[in-house]
Amino acid sequence: MSGPSTYEPKSGFTKWMDERLPIIRFGGDLMDFPTPKNLNYWWTFGGILAVCLAIQIVSGIVLAMHYVANTQMAFASVERIMRDVDFGWLIRNIHANGASMFFLAVYIHMFRGMYYGSYKAPREVIWILGVVIYLLMMATAFMGYVLPWGQMSFHGSAVITNLIGTIPLVGDTVKTYLMGGPAIGDPTLNRFFSLHYLMPFVIAGVVVLHIWALHVPGNNNPTGVSVKDVKKDTVPFHPYYTVKDGFAIILFLIMFAAFVFFFPNALGHADNSIEANPLQTPAHIVPEWYLLPFYAILRAITFDIGPIPAKLLGVIAMFGAIGILFVLPWLDTSKVRSMRYRPVARSVFVVFVFACVGLGFCGANDPDKLVFKTQADTLALTYNDTNGHPQREVFDDYNAARAKMSNLPPTAGAALEINSVGFKWLWLSQILGAIYFLYFLLFLPLLGVIEKPKPRPASIADSVRKKHGSAPAAAVAAE
Amino acid sequence: MRLAKLALAGLAALAVSAIAIPALAQEHGPAAGGEAEHAASGGEHHLLEPKGGWPHEDYFGTFDQNQLQRGFKVYQEVCSACHGMKLLSFRNLGEQGGPFYDARYPNPNDNPVVKQIAATFVNQIPSIDPDSGDPVKMPAKTSDRILGPYANDIAARVLNGGALPPDLSVITKARHGGAGYVYSLMEGYVAPPAGLTVAAGQHYNAYFGGDTAASWAGDPRLKPPGGFLAMAWPLENANVTFDDGTPTTKEQMAHDVSVFLAWAGDPKAVARKQMGTAVIPFLILLSILVFLSYKAIWRNVEH
Amino acid sequence: MSEHGSKTAPAAGVHAGETRRDFIHIAAATVTAGGVAAVAWPFVQQLAPAGDTRALSSADVDVSKVPLGSEIRVLIGGQPFFIRHRTPAEIASAEAGDTAQLRDPATDDSRLVKMQDGNLNRAILVTSGTCTHLGCVPVGPAQGSVGEFGGWYCPCHGSHYDTSGRIRKGPAPKNLAIPKYEYTSPSMIKISL
Repeated sequence: MSGPSTYEPKSGFTKWMDERLPIIRFGGDLMDFPTPKNLNYWWTFGGILAVCLAIQIVSGIVLAMHYVANTQMAFASVERIMRDVDFGWLIRNIHANGASMFFLAVYIHMFRGMYYGSYKAPREVIWILGVVIYLLMMATAFMGYVLPWGQMSFHGSAVITNLIGTIPLVGDTVKTYLMGGPAIGDPTLNRFFSLHYLMPFVIAGVVVLHIWALHVPGNNNPTGVSVKDVKKDTVPFHPYYTVKDGFAIILFLIMFAAFVFFFPNALGHADNSIEANPLQTPAHIVPEWYLLPFYAILRAITFDIGPIPAKLLGVIAMFGAIGILFVLPWLDTSKVRSMRYRPVARSVFVVFVFACVGLGFCGANDPDKLVFKTQADTLALTYNDTNGHPQREVFDDYNAARAKMSNLPPTAGAALEINSVGFKWLWLSQILGAIYFLYFLLFLPLLGVIEKPKPRPASIADSVRKKHGSAPAAAVAAE
Repeated sequence: MRLAKLALAGLAALAVSAIAIPALAQEHGPAAGGEAEHAASGGEHHLLEPKGGWPHEDYFGTFDQNQLQRGFKVYQEVCSACHGMKLLSFRNLGEQGGPFYDARYPNPNDNPVVKQIAATFVNQIPSIDPDSGDPVKMPAKTSDRILGPYANDIAARVLNGGALPPDLSVITKARHGGAGYVYSLMEGYVAPPAGLTVAAGQHYNAYFGGDTAASWAGDPRLKPPGGFLAMAWPLENANVTFDDGTPTTKEQMAHDVSVFLAWAGDPKAVARKQMGTAVIPFLILLSILVFLSYKAIWRNVEH
Repeated sequence: MSEHGSKTAPAAGVHAGETRRDFIHIAAATVTAGGVAAVAWPFVQQLAPAGDTRALSSADVDVSKVPLGSEIRVLIGGQPFFIRHRTPAEIASAEAGDTAQLRDPATDDSRLVKMQDGNLNRAILVTSGTCTHLGCVPVGPAQGSVGEFGGWYCPCHGSHYDTSGRIRKGPAPKNLAIPKYEYTSPSMIKISL
């Protein structure tokens, strides 16, 4: 909760500086900011994200010294970085895996916000700025992935730009302006490089706004109960949370290092080590893992609704899945912030999280393939009968199928194929996609009204005392 | 501690997905460039492994320099007839960790073995005659790339029946299974099972990507694994004499060239793992120090 | 309760405890700083010339192709070098005179590299093509202007070099530098940066 500054310049220099540019005061106030003392480790991910952004910017600027944004040279320039530039392999691995780490942290950060009600009044703008950051991250990551100019880079960007082309009226123009030509090529690569360099700084700017907006009401906390008494409920950000965030950042870096040094390619695709060939499409085009849930939602809509084609509906659903996050503060009707005290909502939230992860798996697989088979494969014989109607007969025995096939006239156009029966990835995408949207559009609005929440603690200090079993009225332990 | 169990489950799920997503992804899959991911999804052949497996893929794995030299010789005498490695230069062969590294020549450009190897690749490098200005082909120097024998992709296709021999610089990163894929391919030229029609100019390989359904006359559920490729078994008539006296067998050549290509695709792998072996324990030590600092700071605050 | 400000004072006189606790903070901060420095090193080192740049730092030149009385100029790593085929008169003038009085004393012999048989090839002079004043490229016989001492003339600020590339007149402080080179055969030299 913002309040008057408590900084007092002590030395001659600091007094002089304070009268001209109060930047030390600004830093001092940030460090002294009263922060709830009961924050758990889910709250460390904001600091982790700031470090991720810094890592991506520094490693990216360094890579930009060696990368060449030209379709003839891009792939080779990346390999040159890996082989010839001193420590180039390290910096490239950091940047590529750093993007994945960035998204991992942002998803945990967002899930934290959803669980503890950090998006609720008066923190709606913090949440909305956060969704803006998320969108910018997705755009940055998408363009960054195009730069190595591998098969996935090229064909993945072709898929996404084609999707944008389905938007009515403006779609084709936007698509052409995005590509800089009739297809993905040199103009595209050059402008993607320029924008990819620019966007992280835009993200940094929005992050400043995000943190500024946070410092007005102050941090949320696991109880969802607002700070009542600054002395009893809060501690200064430094050193209490600088050291806790520092610890969490180091643990995060250990995981990051494991990927960079031991599994640098685990989160990527082998196909992206093949130089882009516009004439040959890879068997399965997939985006990076952090975009998979939206890819699943995109491909889940296979039916037209009225005049709107399935392809456009898929695009609308995909953008809708992100867009709905903007209005989350108004969809959740509950007066209680933290799901710690909303047992039903908490269970529904867990299902929602598993749906998101599940959608990720769906996005990685071909929608027509099977999650599991419900029976062993059989054979299907398709042919046109004497009236010209298509027929399909299922056989288990190959010889029987062949016998039937040889009895048919050549005009029947008989063909034999495998008949796999089971549960398709497509259906799983549709179910999980429905759960995703229902969470926002049905469960949250409904639960706020019908759920009876558990009693909340009177204050943060009270909840901490209860946890440690000390008497509420007695003075707080050894201060 | 309320959410702790759930948190652990969630993190476990995320960790599992980080590894499982690439594995589940698809059959001729992407993912897991060098780190020993065998073909995961059902329906695909498990890749072959030589005796002893792939030690270079271990956490502390290194390359045997003799094996790299043997593998390079196989490349030079068998594969370079059609395949280039244009993202490598000859001097890379003499770098630390490479097949011809010699501590007496820290600058690989001076390495005489590398110079000699480069010189054997005659008429390779497109250049300009300094006297007449005409385009001309020069013998390679150590600073030159290991270009393929063809002037461009069109020429390559014309001389190979329409098929383009891929560049081998990063082939082990570009194929699911890495060195295992190359090895399986070399060992996978088995006789096509009865009922499989092999088109003229094509060859059946049990480990090549693709679909044999269209050429299979039997039960579609029992279609043979693998696919067809334009390259005949390159080791069929190959008889590379190894300088270190290792007996020449088809399996030995397949093994050695796979390891050489794995090195070529990721020459910094050993250095990378060595640095990781220093960085991660350092970070663990640092985390303990910072944790103690954290505990000390919070000691007197009930939270 | 913990007020604003940093470390809370402990209850009873645990001065030793406080020092111990301070020590852990200093230790943690120091090791972190060390880690940051170690991370910064690769990011700085990547600015160094990369492998391929280092590889292109030498060139072979066929000196038998240089016309008598003239020179050829080559670029290695972006830097110019002169290979001059001196006439007997030019060689004589390079060897004559008291070199100790020069602004940058050097004998002509000291500016030549022996061939593989141990002899000096006085006809061929190899120098850097960068004027030691402010870095212009002097003009020479091919441009028709050899200055007052028969070698090279730098038009930027009027430095004159003799037939051994030594500075004789003008603002340049040093002679034209002799690069690192060796004879790989009687007619081929390899110049390295």
